[in-house]
Amino acid sequence: MANNKSWHTVCHKNDLLTGAGVCALVNRDEQVAIFLIDNRRVYSIANWDPIGQANVLSRGITGDEQGEIFVASPLYKQRFSLTSGHCLDDDAVTVPHYPTRIKNEQVQILA
Amino acid sequence: MNSGVVTSKKPSSVKQKIVVVGNGMVGHHFVEQLCQSPKRQDYEITVLSAESRLAYDRVHLSGYFAGKSAADLALTTPGHYRELGVAFELDAKVVALDKDEKTVTTSGGKSFSYDKLILATGSYPFVPPIEGNDREHCLVYRTLEDLAAIENAARQSKVGVVVGGGLLGLEAANALKQLGLETHVVEFAPQLMGVQLDKPGGQLLRAMIEDLGVNVHTEKATKIITDGEQCHHRMEFADGSHLETDLILFSAGIRPYDNLAREFDLALGERGGIVVDNHCQTSDKAIYAIGECALWNNFIFGLVAPGYKMAKVAAGHICGESGQFTGADMSTKLKLMGVDVGSIGDAHGKTPGARCYTYENQVAQTYKKIVISPDGKHLIGAVLVGDTSDYDTLLQYALNGIELPEMPESLILPSLQREKPGLGADSLPDSATICSCHNVTKGDIITAIDDGNTELKQLTACTKASTGCGGCSALLKNVFEAELDKRGVEVKKDLCQHFAYSRTELFHIIKAEQIKTFEQLISKHGQGLGCEVCKPTVASILASAWNDYILEDPHIPLQDTNDVFLGNMQKDGTYSVVPRIPGGEITPDKLIVIGQVAKEYNLYTKITGGQRIDLFGARVDQLPDIWKRLIDAGMETGHAYGKSLRTVKSCVGNTWCRYGVQDSMSMAIFLEERYKGLRSPHKLKFAVSGCTRECAEAQSKDIGVIATEHGWNLYVSGNGGMKPRHADLFATDLDDKTLVQYIDRYLMFYVRMADRLQRTSVWLENLEGGLEYVKSVVIDDHLGINDELEAQMQAIVASYQCEWKTTIENPEKVKRFRQFVNSGQSDSNVQFVTERAQIRPARPEEKHPGERIPAVDITENRPV
Repeated sequence: MANNKSWHTVCHKNDLLTGAGVCALVNRDEQVAIFLIDNRRVYSIANWDPIGQANVLSRGITGDEQGEIFVASPLYKQRFSLTSGHCLDDDAVTVPHYPTRIKNEQVQILA
Repeated sequence: MNSGVVTSKKPSSVKQKIVVVGNGMVGHHFVEQLCQSPKRQDYEITVLSAESRLAYDRVHLSGYFAGKSAADLALTTPGHYRELGVAFELDAKVVALDKDEKTVTTSGGKSFSYDKLILATGSYPFVPPIEGNDREHCLVYRTLEDLAAIENAARQSKVGVVVGGGLLGLEAANALKQLGLETHVVEFAPQLMGVQLDKPGGQLLRAMIEDLGVNVHTEKATKIITDGEQCHHRMEFADGSHLETDLILFSAGIRPYDNLAREFDLALGERGGIVVDNHCQTSDKAIYAIGECALWNNFIFGLVAPGYKMAKVAAGHICGESGQFTGADMSTKLKLMGVDVGSIGDAHGKTPGARCYTYENQVAQTYKKIVISPDGKHLIGAVLVGDTSDYDTLLQYALNGIELPEMPESLILPSLQREKPGLGADSLPDSATICSCHNVTKGDIITAIDDGNTELKQLTACTKASTGCGGCSALLKNVFEAELDKRGVEVKKDLCQHFAYSRTELFHIIKAEQIKTFEQLISKHGQGLGCEVCKPTVASILASAWNDYILEDPHIPLQDTNDVFLGNMQKDGTYSVVPRIPGGEITPDKLIVIGQVAKEYNLYTKITGGQRIDLFGARVDQLPDIWKRLIDAGMETGHAYGKSLRTVKSCVGNTWCRYGVQDSMSMAIFLEERYKGLRSPHKLKFAVSGCTRECAEAQSKDIGVIATEHGWNLYVSGNGGMKPRHADLFATDLDDKTLVQYIDRYLMFYVRMADRLQRTSVWLENLEGGLEYVKSVVIDDHLGINDELEAQMQAIVASYQCEWKTTIENPEKVKRFRQFVNSGQSDSNVQFVTERAQIRPARPEEKHPGERIPAVDITENRPV
């Protein structure tokens, strides 16, 4: 699987706002929610909220729970770890997460 | 005959047949208990009631004369029983019982077979065998039918007598007094309420009742009732005196309704009552008896609480549980004709070696006595007349065996300088019974609070505490508040793990230190990154304090998605669009534009509850363009997404309406224009009605204004929604200027003080001092902050901007409404189907996976 993955350049760093998310479309129909934290760390998880059943995670509020960085779904407020995709409020739920980097001011996702 | 038999689809043989004879309070309680059992589905329940209606509240029967209807007193409805799957027959008195065949037969000739039979036949009033006791207008006080008969007889009467000076007799006397009769109480014993009160207590009660205009005659044995001279009847007493009256109510005690047991050979007590064991089983193990027809340990309990306990034990036993009935506390607290009376345990001090303390105050008309155990360590009884404020505390001492304080008398002495040794809710053990009617302990209440019942009403709904006689409601509230306090201190003090402050404290910090961004606040007063709790809270405070454009870059990550995209997110991730329509008034031209926009963007269109129009199904990327169209047509944002003023609902008032007394329309529009855009802890709804007919339903709003002949009445803190609350009348007959002044102050005070997401209703209810306190602040300037509150509101009003207008004029802001940062496509998961000629979100099974809705180029779609 890993072999099929590649780095996608999706936007400029300036398209991101610290603490907020945007959504990028990769591999034809894969929606990825990208978040900039602290103006330097960048994280990506799937945009699909498996609990709310809609593509909305990029529009959630970010924060931290004892240092664990998360985004809370704007639909029913479940929190998803930005580092693992794990749902902090429901152990049975995990969303895909994507390695993400900023290279030459460009935001890149491995997907 | 009214019947509601539910036929089971499953073969009935697999279910046990439970037949309940009698549908009084206890019979009904049994049904409820069984229905709540996890084994509910194993049973087929049939209720046979001799009365013509289902169970009602006999404890509060006298409420009938204070205007309560039969429906108000009802404990259930036919519909509710049907929902529970409980079959029932009314007017179905059981006349025969076959223990071998296990069947019962009703007076109508219908036969019912049972596996378990529950006798909850209750009791009937004892009518003393006096000659003439069957004369016209000689009645009893037991059923709703009795009450109707009393009411009817009272219309033709001037004088009424109650025979019996016990608890029920005095209730009945109160009813006669309410019906306007000259009222007498005739008692055989030397004192009133001889069971519950000692002699001095009985004497004081008598004096107080006589002060209220009720004539009390003790030590009177009625020999005969004959024709009177002035009145219908004349009661001749054994001592040679007599009393004339038009109406006689017998309330001389109850007798168990035990005919079935008597006729069909179940064991009875010497003086009646169906003998039961600790499981409430009779001499036939398939038959249970509960409530006032049952005799346990040679005792009949004439109160509802022990009956409920029996119901619970019997239901539990049928389901295989091990609970037993081991007696019940007969303590009681009530108000008789406005006189507070309480009695606990061994009120007469009959326990050998018991000693007592008494306190009597003839000036204030109070009498208190406590009876303590021979070793002086425990409270075993009490009598309270004229003041029962110590009842709850004393009862807890008695029921839980709590060791008495050093000077037990301090429990009943009035507090002079020294603090009373209070027994706070905290010092009660978890096993303490709070509600004896429903047997709810403090532990049950704690469990319920832990399960998320953090509103008092939720708590009573789930535990049923204080829904019986209601006597424990004050104690329940204390326990509830103490428990919430325990949790609340932590929750309230710290907004979340990032801030060790409450919302109110943060508000003060932000104002005092002129803090303008979340970053400044958290770096100075908090820790970590923040979260979905503190960020929107701080965003709201910043908006209330400074009223900046909420989509300034530093504010964007703080807001809930509704505020970020200035629309209400729907379940599929699309948004709704609500332009402001102040007071619900709109020109046809604007209506047409809304219609056109809805049609062009294919939006589902609905009129809202707040007299506006909601357009659903707008994708995030469509929002700026939709709003540009609306703003170009002269409309502005309706803040339907914000914790802020929503609408000011209105009637047309005296401009059109024949009945209107003020111009409610202009006032509504004025108020909506004034307060639009005000960010607050929760959404705010107003309404203005043009007359007392109240067509705008102002009393269900945060701010309600109702026109009077002389101005406006202001109502505050009403609420619809999850927990409806009638607004409180705040001030009357205000002129326009004062009205607005009061609203300015009230709202700003709320905005400062309330907790996050706390509506004005909950805020007011939880505020120490409540309505009176807020009045003192807003009307009398008790805190001296009114100038400041008004100035702050004025600053908000002056800095209003339509945030949608600001947004569409800024291309950088509009960019944030793209679905994808790297593509012009739309979200393929947003799919609609058509229903009733409009779109709705497709359900998962209606969706076409992978199908992508072509990206809509809005500029191309725009009509020329």
